[in-house]
Amino acid sequence: MSAITADVLARHNITPDEYQTILKLLDREPTFTELGIFSVMWSEHCSYKSSRIHLKKFPTRSKLVVQGPGENAGIIDIGQGYAIAFKIESHNHPSFIEPFQGAATGVGGILRDIFTMGARPIAVMDALRFGPLDDPQTGARNRRILEGVVSGIAHYGNCFGVPTVGGECVFETSYAGNPLVNVFALGVVRHEDIFYAKAAGVGNPVIYVGAKTGKDGVHGATMASAEFTEESAAKRPNVQVGDPFMEKLLLEACIEAMKTGAVVGIQDMGAAGLTCSTCEMGSRGNVGVEIDLMHVPQREKGMSPYEIMLSESQERMLLVAEKGRENEVFEVFRKWGLDAATIGVVIPENTLRVKDHGVVVAEIHNPALTDAAPVYDRPHDTAPYRTAPMQGPTFTSTDFLADLTTLLTSGDLCSKRYIWRQYDYMVRTNTTLGPGADAAIVRIKETGTSIAMSLDGNGRYCYLSPREGAKLIVAECCRNLSTVGALPVAATNNLNFGNPERPEIMAQLVEAIEGMAEACTFFETPITGGNVSLYNETRAGGELVAIFPTPVAGIVGLLPTQAPVTMPFKMADRDVVLLGGIGFCDDAQFGGTEYAKQVLDDLWGMPPAIDLEYEKRVQAAIRRIIAEGLAESSHDLSDGGLAVALAECCFSPGNIGASIMLDSGLRPEHLLFHEGPSRILLSTADAVRVGEIAAGFGVECPVIGKTVEGRLSIRNRDILLLDSPVETLNQQWEEALENLLQGAA
Amino acid sequence: MRFGVVVFPGSNCDHDAWYSVTHNLGRPAEFLWHDSERLGDVDAVILPGGFSYGDYLRCGAIAKFSPIMKAVRKFAADGGLVAGICNGFQILTECGLLPGALIRNRGLKFICAPVGLRLESTNSPFTCSGKKGQILTIPIAHGEGCYTAEERILDELEAEDRVLFRYTNNPNGSARDIAGICNPGRNVLGMMPHPERATDPLMGSTDGLVVLQSMAASLTVHSR
Repeated sequence: MSAITADVLARHNITPDEYQTILKLLDREPTFTELGIFSVMWSEHCSYKSSRIHLKKFPTRSKLVVQGPGENAGIIDIGQGYAIAFKIESHNHPSFIEPFQGAATGVGGILRDIFTMGARPIAVMDALRFGPLDDPQTGARNRRILEGVVSGIAHYGNCFGVPTVGGECVFETSYAGNPLVNVFALGVVRHEDIFYAKAAGVGNPVIYVGAKTGKDGVHGATMASAEFTEESAAKRPNVQVGDPFMEKLLLEACIEAMKTGAVVGIQDMGAAGLTCSTCEMGSRGNVGVEIDLMHVPQREKGMSPYEIMLSESQERMLLVAEKGRENEVFEVFRKWGLDAATIGVVIPENTLRVKDHGVVVAEIHNPALTDAAPVYDRPHDTAPYRTAPMQGPTFTSTDFLADLTTLLTSGDLCSKRYIWRQYDYMVRTNTTLGPGADAAIVRIKETGTSIAMSLDGNGRYCYLSPREGAKLIVAECCRNLSTVGALPVAATNNLNFGNPERPEIMAQLVEAIEGMAEACTFFETPITGGNVSLYNETRAGGELVAIFPTPVAGIVGLLPTQAPVTMPFKMADRDVVLLGGIGFCDDAQFGGTEYAKQVLDDLWGMPPAIDLEYEKRVQAAIRRIIAEGLAESSHDLSDGGLAVALAECCFSPGNIGASIMLDSGLRPEHLLFHEGPSRILLSTADAVRVGEIAAGFGVECPVIGKTVEGRLSIRNRDILLLDSPVETLNQQWEEALENLLQGAA
Repeated sequence: MRFGVVVFPGSNCDHDAWYSVTHNLGRPAEFLWHDSERLGDVDAVILPGGFSYGDYLRCGAIAKFSPIMKAVRKFAADGGLVAGICNGFQILTECGLLPGALIRNRGLKFICAPVGLRLESTNSPFTCSGKKGQILTIPIAHGEGCYTAEERILDELEAEDRVLFRYTNNPNGSARDIAGICNPGRNVLGMMPHPERATDPLMGSTDGLVVLQSMAASLTVHSR
């Protein structure tokens, strides 16, 4: 009967070896529906088969961690009976194929992950990567993808009513055929209201809620687990369409249903839809779920069991209710105008049993789909992929102001206001520090505590050295939080890499994981969950292009609710202090900087060196300085180095600039633009006390100048390096992105 | 004196409005469910921002037909205070309680930003506590906030002193910089900016309190 040929297996991304395992596990040939179920559950996206053994290296515990990896989101305690749930997920492949819907459903998916745990989403952030907007070949497409992705995020988040409070957006040739859309979401929940995605209680009804099931997204998970071809665009029907209004109703209804006490467990239907939710809920509860597909609300007639099980239609949830109390649940969903139907029952066997009009079409032992899923120790015994040389070109700048302008008007460093003003970043009236800051801050009204959050990634650093790059990312992410006065406490991460079957790519992944694990352990920010996105490669004209290895860290921190310390200088005649000092750079460590990229159009050497111990002390010092109310402004140094950070501190309606006098032996290009870590700029009326605090932590703390009205000037040992009206720089910085998007640059 | 905040499916500034009334203004408030034909015991109604019924068809077009709007119309006809904010303003124009329409922003993008507003008239229960000509900083967050109406209506609004707020730097292309208007009876307000988002110093501005305080003050006078 069955026509499971090599070709069918290939289309399901199942290897011949994996198929042999399936035959052994079932002790028979799978039905076509079962094959589909295996293909999605064993896909890279759902099973993490290439990364799983390495993900174990991450620290996952601390005294604040309530829920680590393995659930829909990680949860940490924030005190006074409250907790936060947060996670990051990617929607890279769909966003390339259909930017608007791909990004929109990316937001939708991660929001469901949060509220399925009982937490109300209160913040979203996005890490975005696109190809260069001014590239002669791909620029037009890159601009179109950016516009689509941003409108998609805005559409979904704004309508749902969650503020999009920050993020990052970087441009690089390697993302031209493979943009990255990583969405982070965070929600708040009382401890006793936390829900888990676990089935329990034999005989309890299994209830389906939300949108009807259609054919959209059948095989999205397997699509996300293969590299791109130019024909990928033909997979457009694989991309789902999002309905944020439906999701908003689902949120309110689920939270209300949970309050009835009649809900036992609940899981959203994300990747692999009904398959994943039925199997995982059963598996987590060490029971099984039996459903009959005839009860599943369907959008169209004649859908096969295969299609129903694999559909990735959005805005659907599966829950287990207490037998006899179904009506309490149904009543809530009726109130919100949502479809809800009992589609099955919890059974004692740890098995997924799918019937269609009473006829069994799939019956698989749950552990076969989860625990027995293949785990690969892919070869990585080679140097991580890179072609960049260790030595860079010889160069001398003739005009530092022109260099600074080049940096400030580059896609990476220019103002992203054009993007974030499309996001409702204030809804729910909790955003005390919004987009454009080092970190976003959202207050928790109920507790007097605020949550700071930041997303960071740097593909160039990680390309030069995945291990050191990953450490730098974690350090910067923590530094961003400390710069606004928050103590970093926990992390999530999104690992965006190429094809893990190539050892040099796998080596990137392994080294980045190990670097990130080391740094997260060191900064005491355990990773409570996250996402791995592999096969981020595009085959264009016979050549396979992998993205730069792009791990993205999302770290959250805690601080008391208070008026935030922000980036811009506030008034003239204040001391400008460079906490952490001038830092160090040599020729090799300059090769990964934005200066090398934007001014020299080059990439070489190694990322900046970091002393984690020193970094930690710098961060402790700034937190103390802020806690004592001494910092009038605060901004960490990162991409573009000291000169860019200084310029950014000057950008405010008040046009307060600075007169800077440095005393350094570094060559001026390095002095102005190197990206050595562990440095924070602040302005203060009490540099003496700031100096005492810094000394207490063993941290350098030179006063490098004074704030002044209207101009930014930088001198080193009496040589004027640059001098400009602040307004000119500000205007160029503000207008750059729109110019780039108009194709004018 | 009680405020009622209507909750439509898709309202997402309902809680913000409730919070600003109860915590920042310090008056009682309750939620009113869209499916009810009664307002109950409230003295003022807020139609909050959001995407009522998904804003399908047209912003506010479906909310117009909800059961609660019957009660709101009657309440308004009897002189009750009704404030429509953002999506609430769109609903009020769809209902015909206020003239004109809100169309896509010039530039076609959603805009979220604090904007400058000039308080144009204190002759209303929504602005009576303010000063004419006062500049307020209050956020907008909308994709369809470009106010448009026939010239005749715009002239009428101005002649009758019914333009309560104007943008100091028009963000969305609204006719004659109009950000907020009232009805001829001066008891129904529609404004695109979100005063409820500017009622707490931590949110960067408390300028929006003037609207809530005015409502509270005029209700207090009224009930004497």
